[in-house]
Amino acid sequence: MTAIENAMAKIDIDPALFERAPFDAANAERTGYERYSYWRSTMRTFLKSPVSRFLLVLMLVLTLFSFIYPLLSSLDPNVVSLDLATWNQRPGKGHGIFGTDPLGRDIWARTWYGTRTSLTLAFVIAFFDVGIGMIAGALWGYVKKLDRIMTEIYNVLTNIPQTVFLVLLAYILRPGFWTIVLAMCATGWIGVARFVRNKVITLRDSEFNVASRCLGTPLKRIISMNILPHIVSLVIMQIALTVPYSIGAEVFLGFIGLGLPVKTVSLGNLINLGKNNFLLYPYQLAWPTLVLSAVTISFYIVGNKFADASDPRNHV
Amino acid sequence: MLYQRLLLPLILFSGARMKAYIVKRFFESLLTVFFVVVAVFMLLRFMPTDGYFDRDDYTEMSEAARNAYLRTLGLTDNPLVQLGRFVVNLAQGDWGRSITVYPRTSISEILLEKIPYSLSFGLSAISISIVLGLLMGILMAQYKDGIVDGVGTAYVVLVRAIPSLIYLFLIQIWVTKLLGWPMLFNERNPVSWILPAISLALPNIAWYAIWLRRFMVDEENKDYIKFAVSKGVPRRTIMFKHVLRNAAVPLVQYLPSQILLTVGGSLIIESIYSIPGLGGLLVYAIRQQDNPLVQALVLIFSVLGIFGVFMGDVLMVLVDPRIKLGKAAKSGGHA
Repeated sequence: MTAIENAMAKIDIDPALFERAPFDAANAERTGYERYSYWRSTMRTFLKSPVSRFLLVLMLVLTLFSFIYPLLSSLDPNVVSLDLATWNQRPGKGHGIFGTDPLGRDIWARTWYGTRTSLTLAFVIAFFDVGIGMIAGALWGYVKKLDRIMTEIYNVLTNIPQTVFLVLLAYILRPGFWTIVLAMCATGWIGVARFVRNKVITLRDSEFNVASRCLGTPLKRIISMNILPHIVSLVIMQIALTVPYSIGAEVFLGFIGLGLPVKTVSLGNLINLGKNNFLLYPYQLAWPTLVLSAVTISFYIVGNKFADASDPRNHV
Repeated sequence: MLYQRLLLPLILFSGARMKAYIVKRFFESLLTVFFVVVAVFMLLRFMPTDGYFDRDDYTEMSEAARNAYLRTLGLTDNPLVQLGRFVVNLAQGDWGRSITVYPRTSISEILLEKIPYSLSFGLSAISISIVLGLLMGILMAQYKDGIVDGVGTAYVVLVRAIPSLIYLFLIQIWVTKLLGWPMLFNERNPVSWILPAISLALPNIAWYAIWLRRFMVDEENKDYIKFAVSKGVPRRTIMFKHVLRNAAVPLVQYLPSQILLTVGGSLIIESIYSIPGLGGLLVYAIRQQDNPLVQALVLIFSVLGIFGVFMGDVLMVLVDPRIKLGKAAKSGGHA
């Protein structure tokens, strides 16, 4: 007896398995993933990794705290102290957990107010980028005549280095919140639009859509089950990734003197102020930097992980 | 081996199709340049007009005198007329004159003096980033899901998620202190050249590493690699002969833009190390509101960007024989 026959003899084969199954019309129609839910699968894939879980919690806590703190706290981030003793106080010495800045302003309060400003800026930018990008991208994908014009717009906008464009618009317009939004969105939307266009074109003619149409699936169901999941995941990822990018842009614009007005409390202004005093009072840069990094890193990783998890090919 | 990749296709295709493709892409790029120049020029007409005066002149002049001065500069004309004049001057090599940064110096002179600094830092940074980035990408793909991959990914995330100003500044402060190096750039002291070049390479190292890793992992899952494995080809040979060479192809497309854009230098690095290059100049020109200089610099950067993309597309066709002419693929992300 060979080794294979030996092994086979050991396996207990149930003869019932070899009986002919009766034909059942209802069962024959069943598919493998009858109760497949896109969002449940996405969340399951996403939450499988402990890193994602931790960073998701961190991201939510930081975001919520920065929006709730200014409502509850009585500390004014802008109040200037006239008492010399409260200027440049090191952390933990009497005034404030994070210390005070050269004008005696509380860095703990300023950091959270700044995070709120920077996050608001980022969300507004993401809203316009994605909103305009989705509509333009859908049109670009469906209307063939638009293709030439849109491609040329794409070339013009993407061939200019992003920083140059940002600097130029911020220079021409008066520095401020909406200027940064405009400068970022003026180039940001086209990237989203291009992505949506490619998705729309591949989805429109993809086999599962043709199959659904042939089977007489109502349009509503095609949109909600076949198309939307691919695009919604893109939107969420885009929003998550816009946050680190626009916070970085705000810091950069502040550095070259085209950021938010100095009296606005934002992470960019805090970093640039702390940078100037770094050699004497390193904590004035360290605290805002730590919070900023926690925010940008958590958004960046959550965005990337979510993008992976939301791809239906990674499910099952 | 190199001649096979680069020269052979050139010889083979330098027939009608290749030439037609290059000519077509060239004219497309020219069209884009035209649109960009018009768009940027029109945008710049909205610049604050005090950017055309010396600080002292501006405060001394009356409102009427200021308007008269603007008129002599031709700035009150129809923007289209101004654009025509600008293009005609440009064709004669006249970029205009700087106003506040280097009063009354011709801009082409300034450019000639500044470009060598940015270019030499940029080129050394690119060399560093190609060597280290590719090495890192290979190691990350080779030991996927291992410690090297983890450390590499952490590096990429840090570089991409944290605003570069912060870590560049911290590197400048801490490393110079640790090694006792000078904090600012000094032409006569070669030691002060090292840190800016390395700092400049940091984001690009991450870029090369992450994309090469992704392309290599994609490539490893392809059938021909599985076939080579089952034939018993050694892993090292597969990695270097098949996977790496095919995975590196998409990266080649971005090389020309990266090289061309080094002329522009880096805004942040040149500012913090006070390197007298073009990148720092743009920041300075903006702070000083020197409109003609801002205009010249923005246009140069845009045109360099467009021609970088053009050369990338042509290079891509030369390196990758699978690409059908007239349909140069645009894939991957941007730096």
